[in-house]
Amino acid sequence: MARTSVSVVLAGSGGAGVITAGTILLQAAGAAGQYAYMTRSAGAQIRGGEATATIRFSTTPMQCQDDNSHILIGIDWQNLGKYAREMALSSQSIIITDPAQGPVPESILASGAQEFEVPLKKLARSIEGGRPNMLAVGIVAQLVGLPYAAIDGVLEKFIGRKGDKAMASSRAAVKLGMELAAPLPSFALIAGDATQARTRWSISGNEAAGLGAVKGGIRYAAAYPITPATDMLEWLAPALEKVGGALVQVEDELASINHIIGASYGGVPSITATSGPGLALMTESIGLAIASETPIVVVDVMRGGPSTGIPTKAEQSDLNIALYGMHGDAPHLVLAPNSVTDCIFTTQWSVHLAETLQTAAIVLSDQSLGQAQAIVDAPVDHHFDTRRLIATGVPESGKYQRYAITESGVSAMAIPGTRGCQYTADGLEHTQAGLPSSMESDHVAQMDKRLHKLTQFDYGAHWADIEGEGDTAIITWGSCTGAVREAQARLRDEGRAIRLISIRLLFPVQPEQFQAALAGVKNALIIEQTHSGQFGRYLRSYYDLPPGTKVYCRPGPLTMRPAEICQQLSSGG
Amino acid sequence: MIMNIDVQGMACPSQQQDGQKNYDALDYKSEVKPVWCPGCGDYSVLAALTNALADLNLPPEQVALVSGIGCSSRIPAYTNVYGFHGVHGRALPVATGLKLARPDLTVIAAGGDGDGFSIGGNHFLHACRRNIDMTYIVMDNQVYGMTKGQASPTTAPDWTGSDLTPHGSGVNPFHPLVIALASGANFIARCFSGEPVHLAETIVEAIKHPGFSVVQILSPCVTFRPEQREWKDRIRLVDQSYPTDMRGAAKQLLADDGFTIGQVLYRGDRAPYACKYDGTDSIDVIAEGFRL
Repeated sequence: MARTSVSVVLAGSGGAGVITAGTILLQAAGAAGQYAYMTRSAGAQIRGGEATATIRFSTTPMQCQDDNSHILIGIDWQNLGKYAREMALSSQSIIITDPAQGPVPESILASGAQEFEVPLKKLARSIEGGRPNMLAVGIVAQLVGLPYAAIDGVLEKFIGRKGDKAMASSRAAVKLGMELAAPLPSFALIAGDATQARTRWSISGNEAAGLGAVKGGIRYAAAYPITPATDMLEWLAPALEKVGGALVQVEDELASINHIIGASYGGVPSITATSGPGLALMTESIGLAIASETPIVVVDVMRGGPSTGIPTKAEQSDLNIALYGMHGDAPHLVLAPNSVTDCIFTTQWSVHLAETLQTAAIVLSDQSLGQAQAIVDAPVDHHFDTRRLIATGVPESGKYQRYAITESGVSAMAIPGTRGCQYTADGLEHTQAGLPSSMESDHVAQMDKRLHKLTQFDYGAHWADIEGEGDTAIITWGSCTGAVREAQARLRDEGRAIRLISIRLLFPVQPEQFQAALAGVKNALIIEQTHSGQFGRYLRSYYDLPPGTKVYCRPGPLTMRPAEICQQLSSGG
Repeated sequence: MIMNIDVQGMACPSQQQDGQKNYDALDYKSEVKPVWCPGCGDYSVLAALTNALADLNLPPEQVALVSGIGCSSRIPAYTNVYGFHGVHGRALPVATGLKLARPDLTVIAAGGDGDGFSIGGNHFLHACRRNIDMTYIVMDNQVYGMTKGQASPTTAPDWTGSDLTPHGSGVNPFHPLVIALASGANFIARCFSGEPVHLAETIVEAIKHPGFSVVQILSPCVTFRPEQREWKDRIRLVDQSYPTDMRGAAKQLLADDGFTIGQVLYRGDRAPYACKYDGTDSIDVIAEGFRL
């Protein structure tokens, strides 16, 4: 019976080309009218370490990995035993192994998956310039039912520039792989509609966040490399250049945050991206952006913490520092995208909000979103009428006051170059004119102003995604949302209605909307990927939750899978 | 030229021409009374800076003065140019970001020896290295004044005036100008707050010189380092030419006791770093790149 979803793990040591093979398969699936979602796992080695690419192929859009993988291809097995849990094989899975590479690690065999031996290396050598990873592409294509034509088109893109010889050997290897897999158990998907390919995109979460930033109006970025945020910055560098902006690599995260504050003070919407350790370094100056009311956006692509933690894998454990990391009372925006595609929208919206409200926005993505490459429906094009409130000249009333108390809390910002409006932006508490002040009245007035402008603003329906009905709700955020959505769909198929509330705007909190979203809910389950239940504690401190609300939290690095969420609801939820 | 960024209606102000207006120093002063102690060298620096800006006849709105934290870092509010008073040690990255985003502005960073050479030391190295077209004014009084007198990176190791280091810091002082030279600053000068005419002239030179200009100003702290009142007797205002090659400048700087002022100590000709801003693609074209 043809399937609607099949998951494949490609494994091998560095140089085996598993990521290249995975990327070719992902693109080919897109060309064949299927959806696909690829996540990567890599060892700590800089080069030559072991790597896995997990690709889920599906006939319908999806935003997470499946509970189990169906197919594992080991190009070799060096150090790969420790990835057994991430590979998530079951007794229904098959393993394709090259006998010349030694036995499949015990930890992987323990799944009960069925082994098939294919001499990948030897057969690849039978083709001039042939490589085992291209054989693997052919094997997977055959097993999941991707037509050769789809692979060929992608090969042209990936290998074509290497010349005719390379193309010929890749083609031959893929075709041989397809032949070899023909007798193996099929996991073929229901055939896709190739004409749909042009309605779809291939994009990663980090690229999507970069695109959202540029769409939102960002024209300056400062960058200090850090895994897993670097590829967002690497995408932004040429993209900003193309649209007339710039990205500058700087000496450290203290510099990058202050660069963008300087650039934004100069009137240019600005961003940086980092991960937990970088965010920790930036927090003092994020407070400066808040106090001086200089709009900035900081994207934190979260990884396992604390300290250096697990740089290459995901966790949601920077929630606390994003919400509470600043010294003093420092109201600011905290947002979280909840899918690869939503990285575009949420980052774009964050720029809009930061510019409109003249404050700092922290966007919490994570490794599992940022480094996931997905075939998705072309996203809806959102537009925000982003306008920073600018002082164009001295007001008729007399002197320009940068931090004037206004009804909205937002005051007109003079951009250097504007005659007569010279002021000093200050991290010191200040008067309405911007002069340093330690007076109680000024402090209270400015604190009220900085909070009020955030709380009075109408964030509309974007604050959360609320999906489905039912008296049981799952409350989640960020990257966990994909798995929750799938759990919700499975339970719906079983006749159980679940309401999903995925909070995009984490601060300022929206108690009225939250209460409305919970109307009629008797049971609630909180899902998050932290060790200490940071999200659950946050919800409890700001919102009224139904009695008996459960928290299911666990740390990374394993991403949340739908079955464990379903299990939480079946075990008395 | 002002970078004219049109982000969905958001635009930077275009340059306003001012005919033949001649500015004088008062046009650059604010009405705010400094927090500085009577006799502080920084008053002279403020006066010299405003004189220098008047000499250059720069419209006040076209100048930005960026600082961190410390006594001298209070200077932006005492001027009538655009100011940014940020956090401790980060004046240079704020100023760098501002100048890179707004190359049309005249950007000056200012602060003290603790702000610039201790907590902000890394930024100092990299600002010299990056060599963007701005000027860094360091009011060096060899002490943390705002926190009531502790040893700074330029304090002598045997100075026992602070309860924090009762036996002296025991650490050799930092040589900012040697470091500036080694790190790639394009213009290096030393001044004394007690020689205001020379100081103003040097600031003018520093602002005019392309690339990153470092001006170390010996600016006595009469409160926590009263012995610095004697600096005026140690300063040598010389009128001789200095080498303009790095090797010669290094030799000169290393041989000096730190009290020679006068001619510019080093003047390089490295092209300043700047961003281009010449892309004209639309976002839609970039987004379409993701389509299968």
